[in-house]
Amino acid sequence: MNNKKAAFKAAFPYTLPICAGFLFLGASYGLLMTSKGFCPAYPILMSMFIFAGSMEFVTVNLLLSSFNPLYAFFLTLVVNARHLFYGISMLDKFKGTGVKKLYLIFGMCDESFSINSTVKIPEGIDNGDFMLFVTLLNQIYWVGGATLGAVFGNFITFSTEGMDFVLTCLFYVIFLNQWLENKDHSPAVIGIVSTAVCLLLFGADLFIIPSMVLIIAVFYVIRKRGENGICLFRKK
Amino acid sequence: MPVQEKIITIICVVLGTMATRFLPFIVFPPNKKTPEFLQYLSVVLPSAIIGFLVVYCFKNVSFISGSHGFPEIISLLFITILHLWKKSTLLSIAGGTILYMTLVQLIF
Repeated sequence: MNNKKAAFKAAFPYTLPICAGFLFLGASYGLLMTSKGFCPAYPILMSMFIFAGSMEFVTVNLLLSSFNPLYAFFLTLVVNARHLFYGISMLDKFKGTGVKKLYLIFGMCDESFSINSTVKIPEGIDNGDFMLFVTLLNQIYWVGGATLGAVFGNFITFSTEGMDFVLTCLFYVIFLNQWLENKDHSPAVIGIVSTAVCLLLFGADLFIIPSMVLIIAVFYVIRKRGENGICLFRKK
Repeated sequence: MPVQEKIITIICVVLGTMATRFLPFIVFPPNKKTPEFLQYLSVVLPSAIIGFLVVYCFKNVSFISGSHGFPEIISLLFITILHLWKKSTLLSIAGGTILYMTLVQLIF
């Protein structure tokens, strides 16, 4: 039990920025749903079971247009294709986590992934427990936010404009931490440049899958060039 | 849309999301050896994906109209300096968010 407590204590601080971001974004989502005439049960259940922020906003439009379940399914695959990357990166890290693994995969949103894949978990703390608490806390914030927004949304009186920027800050600071920790900056540069190029070429609605393909292709070419280690610019 | 159709649509979205999350783990179960290229990817991808996510957050920022992305750029510069100076993740995130909210609400 004490081990669980220690894992919770280690995980909780990492989730604080996400708490701020998710309560706010979740509340905007809950408020949006009720303002479109849905009863609060919709945003609450959808935030619980879909648990992929951007897709939940897209689903609002799907529910308001004509019935087309196949389109809904394939659109979801496109919007959430980046999760395939997360899975590939976490194949080893999730090994040996037992039944927790199912929930870790179910709840692997951008934010949980960004923490679980980059944080060096302190010694003596069970990796599975740490990642479980990160994932679970994040989902509680999101569902909590959606619930608050759906039920009390109209009572928010102070201006919250710009609050969603907290998640951009989160990813950027994780990026800086990675940059300071890693000697080899090429993966980070490849990620930024490939995505920026695809965003310019394909536009905001279509760039996700081309970016993923380009990133994989660049890594493939570098790997094929015959380097052995992970350091891409190391001399043989 | 009647309630049944809404529920079916939501279930399709849930299944689509779960497919993207579970697929890599189904294709490469722990007892099967992960291909060498994927092992390499699992080392280099996290850093690349964080870069991807940073750009992803900027997908709806217009640099040619509105505030020209100034609030975003100023906030990121501020975070960079604050983070290199204090090296505190929470402080940098809180500072950047507060500066950004101030900029978009009061100045831009």
